[in-house]
Amino acid sequence: MIIAAVVALYTEELLSAVIALGAVGFGSSGTFLLLRAPDLAITQVVVEVITLVLLIRATMVVGSIKTEGRQRYLPYFLALLAVLFLTTFVFFSFAEMPQFGTPVMERFEDAPSIYYLLRGLDLTGSANQVMSVLLDFRIYDTLGEATVIFTAVLGALTLLRMRGRKQLDGG
Amino acid sequence: MLPYILALVLLLVGVFGIFTRKNLIKIIISISIIESAVNLFLILVGYRSGGIAPIFTARMAEISEFADQAVDPLPQAMVLTSIVIGVSLTALLVVISLRLHHVYGTYDINKIFFARESDEE
Repeated sequence: MIIAAVVALYTEELLSAVIALGAVGFGSSGTFLLLRAPDLAITQVVVEVITLVLLIRATMVVGSIKTEGRQRYLPYFLALLAVLFLTTFVFFSFAEMPQFGTPVMERFEDAPSIYYLLRGLDLTGSANQVMSVLLDFRIYDTLGEATVIFTAVLGALTLLRMRGRKQLDGG
Repeated sequence: MLPYILALVLLLVGVFGIFTRKNLIKIIISISIIESAVNLFLILVGYRSGGIAPIFTARMAEISEFADQAVDPLPQAMVLTSIVIGVSLTALLVVISLRLHHVYGTYDINKIFFARESDEE
């Protein structure tokens, strides 16, 4: 996945970059499967296909243009600065992290996750606890998610219609 | 600890891309990479080594035994939400950059910037 991410950034041709992003997405889907999250793996595949279609639509406008240009050093300097900042930040926070393989919920007696796991079947009747959390215990989050999608669709439609009207006026 | 570090490297690759790339599509790709890195990290936090998926099957007799074995369902549910929000974000970004391409005829942010400056003069 990391290799694919680096390839996505450094290939010259846009279409190859988009395909490499697809490799990143499907790789993370496979990783979700290994980490015992089947719902996420399925969603990730669907979402990745949609993303690829959108990005390929965006690259189609220009055909296969090359991304070149003068090399400037200021962006690289800023990027290195940000990377160093994040790394030191993470270095200190990793000391507080639990060892990999022991979930955070085990640290607390009354963690909500344990409550969901224990009572989810009784309270919601759903065998899949991810879905019982998503659609019953935390339904307001899902409602907010639907609002976000609705807003994104509205914004996209507005922008696309502006384009259509301008073309009508011009032609 | 190694999986956390790998997720961190993926995040840093995305951050580096946002700073250094000049093409709008490349920047959108970097944002998607950061998204997958963060989602991956949250799932890694909830993982239990040798755990099972948080789906209660008929083979399990006791619910307390199930709760001792299953991985954390809460990050999974939240990441599911975040993945879907991520795709709507990507869609909106793609539409905005298509519109920019329609107006300025390029995806290069430097060229767009200079075109705007010469428009204002």
